[in-house]
Amino acid sequence: MSITEIVICEIQQIAAEKKGDLPPLTDDLVLLESGLDSLGIAILVARLEETLGLDPFTESDDISYPVTLGDFIRFYESAAKSRDVASGYAR
Amino acid sequence: MKVLPNRATSLRDTLGNASDCSGRFLWGATASVSLRDLLRGTSLGGRLRELSGRSVLIATRDPLSAALALIELDGVAGRLIVGTPDLSSEHLSAVIAKGGVDAIVSDWGLHQRQDCDAPLHVRCGPTITRAPRVQVDPQATEWVLLTSGTTGAPKMLVHNFASLTAPIKSGQNQETDVVWGTFYDIRRYGGLQILLRAILGRGSFVLSSADESAGNYLGRLGAHAVTHISGTPSHWRRALMSPAVRAIAPRYVRLSGEIADQAILNALRSCYPQASIGHAYASTEAGVGFEVNDGLEGFPPSTIGARGEVEMKIEDSSLRIRSARAADRHVGEEGPAFVDDEGFVDTGDVVELRGDRYYFLGRRSGMINVGGLKIYPEEVEAVINRHPAVRMSLVRSRRSPITGSLVVADVVLKGEPDGADVKGEILVLCNENLAAHKVPATLRFVPALDVAAAGKLARHHA
Repeated sequence: MSITEIVICEIQQIAAEKKGDLPPLTDDLVLLESGLDSLGIAILVARLEETLGLDPFTESDDISYPVTLGDFIRFYESAAKSRDVASGYAR
Repeated sequence: MKVLPNRATSLRDTLGNASDCSGRFLWGATASVSLRDLLRGTSLGGRLRELSGRSVLIATRDPLSAALALIELDGVAGRLIVGTPDLSSEHLSAVIAKGGVDAIVSDWGLHQRQDCDAPLHVRCGPTITRAPRVQVDPQATEWVLLTSGTTGAPKMLVHNFASLTAPIKSGQNQETDVVWGTFYDIRRYGGLQILLRAILGRGSFVLSSADESAGNYLGRLGAHAVTHISGTPSHWRRALMSPAVRAIAPRYVRLSGEIADQAILNALRSCYPQASIGHAYASTEAGVGFEVNDGLEGFPPSTIGARGEVEMKIEDSSLRIRSARAADRHVGEEGPAFVDDEGFVDTGDVVELRGDRYYFLGRRSGMINVGGLKIYPEEVEAVINRHPAVRMSLVRSRRSPITGSLVVADVVLKGEPDGADVKGEILVLCNENLAAHKVPATLRFVPALDVAAAGKLARHHA
């Protein structure tokens, strides 16, 4: 699964557990309007660390907080890319 | 005793001495009040005299109504008990009994409830009716602040005008264009500090409301051109995820109430390059300890042991504070139970010296703080353990870049998982029986948990 699919899947899972409704998960959806509150986003970040082994929020002291779902996914994609570069997997 | 000529003894006197209150406002979510109007009138229907000398519980829904009542009643009531917005009906009668409440000021139909027995009920609200100033015997009003407890009734801490205003430097932030804001409710210590700064200064104040989104509050702050704003790191992380964070351009940004880590300080620095950004250490018991303004997490060792208004020491790794800003005692107790022989308050916050800086590690007691809300691991474990397949569980905190901490659970099953979705069932059980922040964010099955010699689960606090 791609990072986008994993993120979407986790968001749907958390919303289902909290019995919350989800709007269409588009790239420009503002995260805080996705039906997840800050607790929901905290849970999402914790679970993504388990599935992806990545927590870009704590890996850097200089972060800009993602506002939209698209920002959020790119935040993870770029963290995954720099990890792969660091570990020599990238070509 | 040192006499401070410009320091009045009650909140309203402070306003009365102000040369000119015109142009100064308290802006709430749905109403606003001019401080000049408040000086010429009352939000209490002219019933100030009846409240003189009484032990008054302020139990409002609207924070603006509470702020107005507090301003009017300081120096008039014998005791002001500041009811928090989350004061549950279960604890209300305990607070009334313990606080010797003989009058309740409220903006809703609280008087109709049988568990709210008091000889006098006074209605308040954000509407000022013109009335001449009532002359009553001046009182040294006790302020009682409630701190949220997860079990049992809230703690009731006694402060007074002097202890509450001691951290506020006269002469600071005195510009007339200062507009304060805070994500805190004004009925908690952190929010009350901002209300007092607004009143004692010469500016205005935009009050937040519990049922308001971060985006909406930021929009209102922007509309009133906020200059000085405070909140917990969790408040700020939430704000930074709202597009409306750009609606404000504050000169001063303050963090308190939780550990301010470097990531949040840097994010605020980059969002508000023009602002001075500081984090303060404060608690309802100890008062404001210190403020750190160098943009770095933790605090310099020079803070410790410096003789001054606030003295600090570290014992058993936890920070101890002694100052005139501390609460006097708990309601109903003779002396303060929370200080040592030398008068130091044990904050219970564990610190560590790394290099030339002290850093906060967390709460000694093991209590978990998720975005400012308290959790004791045992209460969550009790719910998980209700599932028939569960042998035992350990709930612990894990660091979260969003809410500071989260709770996670390690669960030992009675046998091998038999294919049923036990994890899903446990989460359903938790969601049905616990507030959202107490439900474990992640849950994993482990073969065993450490049990210490005394037969208790070994808890490892970071």
